Formats: sequence, C-alpha cells, structure tokens
Amino acid sequence: MSDPVKISPPVSEEKTRALRAGDKVLITGVIYTARDAAHRRLIELIEQGEELPLPLEGQIVYYVGPTPASPGKATGSAGPTTSSRVDPYTPQLLAQGLRVMIGKGDRSPEVALALSEYGAVYLAAVGGAGALLARKITSGVIAAWPELGPEAIYRFEVCDFPATVVMDSAGGNLYATGRAAYKRQP
Amino acid sequence: MREIDSSEVTALVSRLYQEANFALPPDVIAALKSALAREESPLGREVLETLLENAAIATSDRVPLCQDTGLAVVIARIGQEACFRGGSFAEAVDAGVALAQEQGYLRASVVSSPCFDRNNTGNNAPAILHTEIVDGDEVSISVLPKGAGSENMSRLAMLKPADGISGLIDFVVETVELAGANPCPPIFLGVGVGGTMDRAALLSKVALLRPAGTPNADKRLAELENDILARVNALGIGPGGFGGTVTCLGVALEEFPCHIASLPVAVNIQCNSARRATGSL
Repeated sequence: MSDPVKISPPVSEEKTRALRAGDKVLITGVIYTARDAAHRRLIELIEQGEELPLPLEGQIVYYVGPTPASPGKATGSAGPTTSSRVDPYTPQLLAQGLRVMIGKGDRSPEVALALSEYGAVYLAAVGGAGALLARKITSGVIAAWPELGPEAIYRFEVCDFPATVVMDSAGGNLYATGRAAYKRQP
Repeated sequence: MREIDSSEVTALVSRLYQEANFALPPDVIAALKSALAREESPLGREVLETLLENAAIATSDRVPLCQDTGLAVVIARIGQEACFRGGSFAEAVDAGVALAQEQGYLRASVVSSPCFDRNNTGNNAPAILHTEIVDGDEVSISVLPKGAGSENMSRLAMLKPADGISGLIDFVVETVELAGANPCPPIFLGVGVGGTMDRAALLSKVALLRPAGTPNADKRLAELENDILARVNALGIGPGGFGGTVTCLGVALEEFPCHIASLPVAVNIQCNSARRATGSL
C-alpha cells in the first residue's frame, strides 16, 4: 500500500481531484464538525443569504458528535457517525466550496454526482475508534450552536488524523470495489 | 422478602453503564484478535488492529470506546422474592443512567417527543428498560449501550411459515447486505425467531448479551447460527466496510414458540464496539 497523502485545509480542488478511492490520508489543521441538525441550520442560512459560522471554501467537515471532554482533555471520544443522514444537504455545501467530508457508510447517488461536479472527496474514518481518533485532536471548541449539545458545530485542530478515501471525484467507490473483491459464493 | 434500597440499583446501573463504555468485554477482544488472524484483506486487518488499539486506549485514557455511548438498554432479571424500597425500580434505573452520563462524561444522545420537538433530555435518560420476573431473591442487571449506527440498520420481518429456514437466512443476509458499512463492521448479529413481533425484537436484543464464541445450547440452532455466519461473511463487506472476509464476528439466535400462522424474525445488528456489562444485587 502506498504512503498516506498529507492534506491541510484549505485544500485545493486540484489536490482533491487527484485523490482516488483507497488512498490513505492524514489530515493536519482545522476541521469542523457537523451532524444532521447543524446541516439543517447551515442550509437555512445559505438559502437566506446569511453569513455562516464556519468557512466552507476548501474546508473539511467531519460528521461526528463527540462525547463531552473530561477535565484536561481537548475532546471526548470522537469517531465518525453515519454519513447518509446528511446526504440531502451535501450537494448544496459542496456548491459552496466544501471539499472534503469525513464520515462512515455509503452516500447517495446525488452526493456521488456532486463529488464529480465540484472535485470533492468523501473519506471514511474507522467507525468504533473514537478513543483512538480523539488522540489526533489537539483542541476542540464549540464554533456554533452550543444549544445543540453533541450536534453543535465544533472547531477541531487535528494532527495526522487518519482517514481513507471511499468516494472520489472520478466515480471511484472503495465500498463497492472492496466488497466485490472479497464477495464469495456461499 | 428481601428488601433492596433503590439507591443500590442506581449505583449498579451507573457503574455498569460506565464500565461498558470504557472496556470492551474480553470475549469481544478475543473475537477481534481471532478475526485479525484470518482476515484476508490488508486494509481489513488494519481496521481490526485499529479497533484493538482503540480498546486499549479507551481503557488507559478513560475515553469512551465510541462517541455514541448509546441508548442505555437495561435488561433486568428480578427475583420474585425481592422488593425495592426508597423509590421505584424504573426511576432508580433512569437515575443510574443519568449519573453515569454525568460522572463518565458520556454523550447525551436521547431526544424527547421524537415526532416533533426532538429536544435533548440532557442526561441520556430514560433507559430502554426490560424486566423479567424470575425465581429467587437476586436481581441481575445487564446494561447494553446501543449506538444508533447499528440499531438503525436492524430489521424485522413477519415471514410465512412456508418461507422456512432458507427464507429466514435470506432475510438476515439481506439485512446485513443493506446495512453495508453503516453499522461499523465487523458486526455481531442478534437474531430473534418466533413469539410475536415485539417478542422477536426483544429476543434479538437479549441474544446480544450472549458472549461471543458461545453457540446456542441447542445443536440445530447452533448449526443455524453457523450457516448464517458463513453466508454473511461471504458478502465481502469486511472490517470498516472496505472489503474483506470478516464481516460478522458472531451470530446469536434465540427462539420462542409462536403462532401456527407466523414466523417472526428480528435481526438486531450490533457494532464492533459490542459493549455490555452485567452485575447483580
């Protein structure tokens, strides 16, 4: 397997267009979290032409609702949540310049098309590895909507946060090819 | 009658709920290690190594194994010669869940009035409480933190008796295939067969309490569990859903008598973070 590709936001479209399903990625820099409730609010703001509480151009959004940080820690457990719940909102965010998403699980055909159109990528982090991934997060503060609790938008600073490209801008899908490669006749 | 103060129930539920979130059961660790030895996909092996490392870090850093610290499914077996003083049993269980959420920095993942308001209850209560009255005066409580990633992929079918064993197996396999990478494979499967719709669902949940690697005591049901496991692992979903030979770490099937016209089948998917803890009073 090839060495991981290092990326730091803001990420250029050229860089994400070069990534392929199956590539390993290490992320360093500032990323933002968002789950269903935050996505709904972001879309409302976009539609009303209002300012957003986070930048989108070239940015990385991580689908996660961390556990509360215990005293002295930057964050609690912070592994990926199921991405498909935000599929209806994703193309609009990609149109605003969002370039990288981190989550787990399949995405809709609409998201796959939008990845091609805007040159973005969808990465998976290992689901169930929230304690390990928390060690890659060096600071975590709420950037917007604290009233949403675990669904608030957090600003995370991460260092060598590991993820794998699942869907690329050329139509590649690791979930599909991986499953096909190991499917057996029972 | 044996009297038990309700505060003991609260303390036990809180301890179990925290213990479950910071330490993966030894049988689950063993199942992950065994999967690592036989997984053919290099990427799949990496995921398994990550999960084993994660389990060690959760315990050493005292950070929850998974950020989805779950709905608190509480399964209580209450001896009929025990009685509770100082508050209701159900309230004591909910208080234990809330205490664990606060003390253990667990996530508040519960919303009230799901149809409209969906306001977070703030303390992860109420629990999903199942009680069973049994002989004796002992109280056994199991806490099974259940994440939504796997719970959302679970399914139930009211099959026809004519669908038979092959129809049953096909339904379980289809459920796992539809779930794909969503429930954080490698998964565990709890399968409940028989009873009514509600009983089948409960059986599938209770089946998840059985330690990994322990087959059903009934030989034919144990063989059925093996057949399901082989079919599911032939899907190729693999660890993390990245492709591989180990999609499922174990199948636990439980059955109960049912109506002459029915063959209810419930499939409860459990994620790789198969957390549970049991204690007694």
